[in-house]
Parts: sequence; structure tokens; C-alpha cells
Amino acid sequence: MTTQELDTLIDKAFQGDRASIGRLLTYIERSPLDASRILNKVMGGEGGGHVIGVTGIPGSGKSTLISKLISRYKEQGLRIAVVAIDPTSPLSKGALLGDRIRMQEHATDPRVFIRSVPTRGVKGGLSFSGVAMIEVFDKLGFDKIIVESIGVGQTDIDIMNLAHTILVVTAPGMGDEIQALKAGIMEIGDIYVLNKSDKPEANRTYAYLDFALETGEIGSEKLKWRPKLIKTSAALGQGIDELVKAVEEHLEFIKEYGIYSEKISARRRYMVRLLAEKLFTEKLEEIDEEIDIANRDIYLEAIKLINKVVSQLG
Amino acid sequence: MARLFNEETLKIIEERLKKWEKETLPKSLSKYPLRQDSFRTHSNIEVKGVYTPLDIRNMDYFEKLGLPGEYPFTRGIHATMYRGRIWTMRMFSGYGSAEDTNKRLKFLIEHGETGLSLAFDFPTLVGIDADDPMASGEVGVCGVSVSSIEDMEIIFDGINMGEITTNMTINPPAPVLLAMYVATAEKQGVPYDRIGGTTQNDPLKEFIAQKSYVFPPEPAVKLAMDVVEWSVRNLPKWNPISISGYHIREAGSTAVQELAFTIANGIEYVRHLINRGMDVDEFAPRLSFFFDSHINFFEEIAKFRAARRMWAKIMKEWFNAKKERSLWLRFHTQTAGVSLTAQQPYNNIIRTTIEALAAVLGGTQSLHTNALDEPFRVPSEFAAKLALRTQQIIAFETGVADTVDPLAGSYYVEWLTDKIEEEAWKYIDRIEMMGGMIEAVKRGYPQREITDASFRFQKEVEEGRRYIVGVNIFVEEEDEEIRNVPLLDINQKEIEMRQRERLRRLRERRDKARWERSLKNLKRAAEKGENVMPYILQAVKSYATLGEIMSTLKEVYGIWVEPPIY
Amino acid sequence: MGGATDILELLKKSKGRRIKVLVAKLGLDGHDRGAKVVARALKDAGLEVIYTGIRQTPEQVVETAIQEDVDVIGVSILSGAHIPLMKKLMELLREKGLDDVPVLLGGTIPIPDIPKLKELGIRNIFLPGTSLKEIIKETLEAALERREE
Repeated sequence: MTTQELDTLIDKAFQGDRASIGRLLTYIERSPLDASRILNKVMGGEGGGHVIGVTGIPGSGKSTLISKLISRYKEQGLRIAVVAIDPTSPLSKGALLGDRIRMQEHATDPRVFIRSVPTRGVKGGLSFSGVAMIEVFDKLGFDKIIVESIGVGQTDIDIMNLAHTILVVTAPGMGDEIQALKAGIMEIGDIYVLNKSDKPEANRTYAYLDFALETGEIGSEKLKWRPKLIKTSAALGQGIDELVKAVEEHLEFIKEYGIYSEKISARRRYMVRLLAEKLFTEKLEEIDEEIDIANRDIYLEAIKLINKVVSQLG
Repeated sequence: MARLFNEETLKIIEERLKKWEKETLPKSLSKYPLRQDSFRTHSNIEVKGVYTPLDIRNMDYFEKLGLPGEYPFTRGIHATMYRGRIWTMRMFSGYGSAEDTNKRLKFLIEHGETGLSLAFDFPTLVGIDADDPMASGEVGVCGVSVSSIEDMEIIFDGINMGEITTNMTINPPAPVLLAMYVATAEKQGVPYDRIGGTTQNDPLKEFIAQKSYVFPPEPAVKLAMDVVEWSVRNLPKWNPISISGYHIREAGSTAVQELAFTIANGIEYVRHLINRGMDVDEFAPRLSFFFDSHINFFEEIAKFRAARRMWAKIMKEWFNAKKERSLWLRFHTQTAGVSLTAQQPYNNIIRTTIEALAAVLGGTQSLHTNALDEPFRVPSEFAAKLALRTQQIIAFETGVADTVDPLAGSYYVEWLTDKIEEEAWKYIDRIEMMGGMIEAVKRGYPQREITDASFRFQKEVEEGRRYIVGVNIFVEEEDEEIRNVPLLDINQKEIEMRQRERLRRLRERRDKARWERSLKNLKRAAEKGENVMPYILQAVKSYATLGEIMSTLKEVYGIWVEPPIY
Repeated sequence: MGGATDILELLKKSKGRRIKVLVAKLGLDGHDRGAKVVARALKDAGLEVIYTGIRQTPEQVVETAIQEDVDVIGVSILSGAHIPLMKKLMELLREKGLDDVPVLLGGTIPIPDIPKLKELGIRNIFLPGTSLKEIIKETLEAALERREE
């Protein structure tokens, strides 16, 4: 792609041409070089978008909940982008991306843009291209950028930490899962959502979560923000107003305390770090054969390897 | 107690079998080695070379089989079976406009069909009107389009609804279609106690397989059970539900999964009705079933026999049913649409014949035989007639209907019946542990099991481990037949326009106040959790359309979008 | 018919670039067995597959193709409504400037309709009984040809 072609594409994307936006995101996914050229054009300043991370226990109804949030934001006249993350098969490198299914009612709305992002391996491009996409959506003027993650693993926590507001979604009867995740995603929420709260056992789970939040067993007070617990039933459309309100309160709070901009800086630092990691690992894999296993001083060999990677990358 | 074999006999057979394995078998094997490493049924059950009394060594005749018409009904629900009355030949039909379908039904009755079975088009199946934008292009294609009572009246014009029974393959909109049927019969002057037929009305399998769901699982089940309750109390000859394995199988399940998931759905419905305060013997005799008959001949027969035995046991032991009829698993069968191929389409006649035979040997109460052209479109008149003739030949020429359950006592069939039952119980146990089928469906458990099974089957076909004639064996590069099958001609655009026009006039003509009131009353009843059937009947009579009634219910119940499961 | 080696060759030609395919159920029929089997087979062959779920309108399919910027669109229809639905889909693709995205169709399609569908610009039509290998191969070829353009 020539610089001129790229410029045209970016211009068209900024004019709101959806096919160009779709293509721009593809370039970001495919080539770090293109991605950095694109970011070079769009970065600087703040787009003003609000990045909402949605994580939680698989099966807790995240996608349906996001679909309901989109409906509310649409009513408010906002533009919404969704980055939906699905795992890549480590064996075939293929992926089945199905998070969209529950959001398809919004597919044709000109204010909504949904993009599925495969994880492409742990060290792979997900995090980098995912974060870069957030950056682009922000600049394109999307008001709410919702990131849906798979709900497991360390990557998930990393991704969530890039969001301005983190929603952790749980459902009744998932006590065991919640216990198991206590040291993981259950720690990081700004807002905890008990979805499917129309279920009979919801009250018990609510009481448990409430107690856990109270005692600091889950969640953690960040500055003066006390994590909230909201009951919803996305399927029946209940509790969504309360959730939207809580999300707005959190946004106001982080703006007031300057956390909003801090998060953006952190996100960008993280993005560069991810790119560095990506470039480094890919190169490392390329020169795998050159590792000298006869060398018994493996520390020295490792340092040599680093230098080799660096010289080749430079 | 009536053990079939005593220990002494078994011992002798065991010794002779060992000898056979050592002497007779190897001789034969050296001359004719096995053509496959292993032989497996569709459900992946390994089949041995020979079965003997040893394989059913502990069988107690009365515990496992009984006599026809007696518990556990393995051999059939009636003492005489087809010696008294041949099964009902019920051909699923319907296409185009109400007028077209009226003509087709009369044609089938004229050629000896003994029960009607209505196929609806997709807009009707998912409860939207013919003039809904989503319906565009689909009106009248896969079945008949019904948007209001007017369509129903035309379908049954000149057909006496007091004399013929009608099966309606309809699920989420079942209460609406039943109301239209009842209201039409009423207009013909037929009293309620002579209105006979079946509504499929089985919402759980929609989530599992057929995917024409509308409402979320809980309200969907509630609505279906409204139909059951209302029918039990008002229409003594109506089968308000047909608990269906057919679609589960067509979605790619194994025979065992079809059986297990269908029975598990039945269990869920029975629980729901009991929780409503109904007596099990009040409704159980009115539950009916619907199975697929696939091409793996003996497995299908064993499946039908196992189904009867399992259901009788469940109703008797789990739910304490007292009436004999409550223990009957009565079922309709359709041959496997999924087994038909586009390649060399005339081969489909043969497949259907074998599948139909399995259904008859399995003791079905009614049967639909697929037409040879169904891989392409709803059947032409000629193909539909040929399919009906297939059943008539089985019934009146072959003699298979002259004795009850002729395969009973076959070591293989009895062993396979036991085996299928055993495997099905494992699934049912797992679903019970999850808290029943509604919970299992929400977790995507049966959906995932079926997807895995269908993927496995497809792989087996592709790797040549399972043969389909004309597809991966005896393939013809120049397939003349495929191009020359005469197909039914449907003027879709015209039908759609006519249906839209009829709806437009209906909306203009009807009494607005009465129509509006009927929908308001329905909504209130739904909100309060009352049985909505009487309100739907009122709405239908007030010329509310299918789509309007369904929208009213959607406002209360919400809609369902399935979790991504592959 | 394409063997496994053909598929490997084609995959090599994609030079590590991920191929993205949209698998869509167009219209009201819920028969998703075929679509899901195909989606899974494509995933196992190393492709990235977006699955839309059932009851999609032509508008939804086209918009999804735009947002996901897919290389190929695969549609499954078993309701018999393929002509009007595909006509609408192809019109929309042209309107939105996506006429270069190859479209494949699978389902219960009467033979006489095949020429009409090809005329609409559909690249391949898969009848019941088509092998997964063939579908994978055709999908890869369609994706790669488009890229070479």
C-alpha cells in the first residue's frame, strides 16, 4: 500500500465510510508496519471515547448484556464500537468468531461498528492489534468503545486494565467459578454485574458478592471509587438503566481524578510494549535454528541471541 | 419371573461358541477377511459378527418385552397392532397459498391418505405475517402461508374437519394455529369433541435442533403447556404436543441422542404440568411423540422399541401414572430427510422404502414417507404420490404388518434394544444432573453433543469410512437424473403478493375496537401468567393476525438469541 | 475433487496471512447443521470464521462483511427462498462496493436455479452431499484469487 492509498483510506474512514474503516482495521491486524503508519496518522491528543471493558465468567451472558448496552447508548444518540475477542485454536491457528451472534440486531445500525478479533496465540497479535483498534475507534469519534474479552487468563486482565471502566459479569449459581477466579478477573472490576438475576438462586449469589465486595475479598478500592454491584437480567432487559447510570458515574469519577487521561497514556505505553514484544518474538522464532546449543553458557548465549534479534530488527 | 434361558443351556452355547471361534470362524476368515476393521451403527455402537443367547443371557421376558399391549410395551402399545388397523398414512404437505394447499390435501385424500399433516412456510413457523419485511421471498415456499383465520378457512374449504384428523407442524405459534383450527372447525359446525389432530408444540427441541424458536426457554415451555392444559380440558380428541426427536436427528444427532433428548424433553414437560397442579393421568394419555427413521435399519427398530420401554418405565416409576394409556409412547414417524441425496435422486425412493419398513417393524402409529425430490424442493404431486404408494405397498403387499413385532427374540435386535436404552439413560442421567432439559439447553449441552456428532458423521463420510451411494461410492460423473427430476413449480412472487393483499384487506375490514381489545386482553393475561389459550382464541376470532398475536406475546416474554455453539 | 494436498498448497499460498470467511444463514430457516459443520471445518483448516447465527437479512450479512472486512462470504439457505434472497444480497454488495468479495452458496438448490444464481454473480453453489474438502478448497481459492487481483 502506498502512502497515498493509505491517506485516502484514512480520509474515507474519517468521513464515516464503513468499508474503509473495516479495511483499516484489517491493515492493523495484518502488518505491524501498516499499523504503525496508520497510528502515526491518527495518534496524538485524545479522541474523547470511553473504553468499557467487559469480562466475566463464560456463560454469564456478556454478549447479551453488551447488546442491551448498545441499545441504550443508541437511544442517547451515541456511536458505539465493539471489539469482540475470541480465542484462536492453538492447533489449526483457525478461529470461530461467534460473539457477534447476540449483537447482530445492531449490525445494520450506522452508529454501531462491531469487529471480531481472534487472539492468535498468546504472544501473537491480539493484544497489539486489539489495542491499536481501540486507538483507531477512539480517533474515529466513537463515543463508547466496548471491549468484550473471553473471560479467562492473564491476557484478559491485561486487556481489561486498558479500559476506562471495567465490568465484571457473573451469574447466579456460579459460586465455584467465582471462587476460582477470586485472584484473577474478580479483583479488577469497577462495576460487578450479577446478570440473569431473574433466576431463583440470584439472591444468594447477590448476597455473597455483596459480602465479598464489602470485605474486600473481591474488587479493590481504587482511590475513592468503591466498586459497585448491579443486578441485571439482560434477556428481560432489567437493570440496564441502573448499569448505564453506574457506568456514567464511574466515567465522571475517573475524569474528576484525572484517571481518564492516565489510562490513555498507560494504554499507549502498553501498546508500544506489545508491539515490541510481538516484533521481538517473531524474529526470535525466525532465528530459532541459529541458537547454539553447544554453548554451555546459556546466559551468554541468550544475550547473544538478544543482540542478534536487535541488530536484525534495527 | 420368566428368564428366557437357563444356565445349563447357556453353558452349552458358550462352549459351542468357543469352539466355533476356534475352528469354524478362522477357516472362513482366511478365505474372506473382514471388509472393515469394525462395524458400527450410526450411534457408534460396535456390532459383532454374530449374536447368540449369550448376549441377552439375563433377559427376563416380562421385564424387558411383555406381550403386545402390555407393560412395558416394548412389543407395541396395542395387542393387535396392524392386524387390527394399519398405521395412519399421514403425508406432510402444504405449499404456496391456502388455495394451493387445499387442492393438494384433496388430492392426497382422494389417493387414500388417512390423515392430514400441514407444513407451514417459514414466516408462519417463526410467527410473522406474510407482509412482514423479514418474510420477503419465503412466503409459501416451504409450506403453506397462514397469517390469519381466513387462510385456515380456505385450506379446509370442502374438507370436513369433523371427519379427518390434522397434524400441524408448528411450534412457538402453536397456540395461535390451534386457535385458528378450532375457530374454523367451529364455523363448519364441528363440535369440540370431534376436533382431532396434533399440534407439534414442542419448544425444547427448537432450542436443541430445529431453531424456529421465538421466546426464551421458560416462557416457551409455559406457553406450550398452556396448549396442553387447554386441549386436555376442551378438546378430548386433540394431541396437544408431539415430543419430537425428528428434528434432533435431522440436525445430525445419533439415534441414541435422538432418543435420549426426546425422552428428556418429555420428562421436562411432564414435570411442568405436574407443577401446574395437573394430575399425571389427566394429561399423560394425550402426550405423543415423533421420531425419525434413518437408514441404519436395525438400529432404528431397536430405537423405537427401546423408546416405548423407557417411557413406560418413566411414567410408571418416576411419575406414578396409574392409567395404562399414560404409559403408552404413541409416535409418528418420518423417514430421514437428511439421508436423501441430490445425486442420483431416484435412489431416494429406495432409501425411503427401507426407512419406512424400519418404522413399521418398530411399531409406529403413523408415518410420513419422504418424496424423492425433497433435497431440492417441496414435493411435486407425482413424487408425493409415489411416497404414499411406498407405504401402501409395505402395508398391503409385503405381509410385514400381519404379525406383531416380528423381530422380537432376535438376539441381535434384543441386544441392540438393550444397548441403545443403556446409552440413552446415560444422557438422561447427565441432563438430570444439570437440573433438567431447560438448564441443559441454556448451557448448550445437547446442542454441542449434536454438533459434535454431525461433524463426526460428515468426517466419516469424507474419509470413506461410511458410504453413501452416489456421494462417495458408485458416483456418476455425468448425473443425468439430477437434471431431469421434474420439480414442483411455485409462483412465489404471485403467492406473496396475493397473501399481502389478503392481509391488507383483512386489516382494513376488521372491527378495530374488537381487535384492539382482544390483543389488550391477551397481553394482560400473559403478564398475569394465566393460560393464554382462551385469549388467543378470542384474538383469532377478532381477526388479529399471527404476527400481531406473536408480537403481543414477545412484549411480555422477550425473545431468544442462542449462545454461540459450534 | 480437491485432496488434502491441494488444500495444503493453497494454504501455503496465503503466506501466513489469515483468511477471513463469513458464514451466514440467510433467511428464516433454522437448519444450521450444514453451516456449523462447514464453519468448523474451515476453522480446522486454519481459517478465521465469523458465524452470524440464524435468521439474517441480506442487509445484516452485507454490513457484517463490511465491518469484519472478510475475504469470502459463504451463505447457507435451506428454505427454498434462495433466488430472491441472493438477488437482494448481491445487489447490496454491489451498492456498497463489495462486488469483489466472492460469494459461495450452499443448500437445497434445485438444479434449474443454478444458472440463475451464477448469473447473479455467485461463484460456487454447493448442493447437499458436497464434501467438506471441496468446500474448503473452493473457499481458499476464492480468497486467494481475490487477493491477487
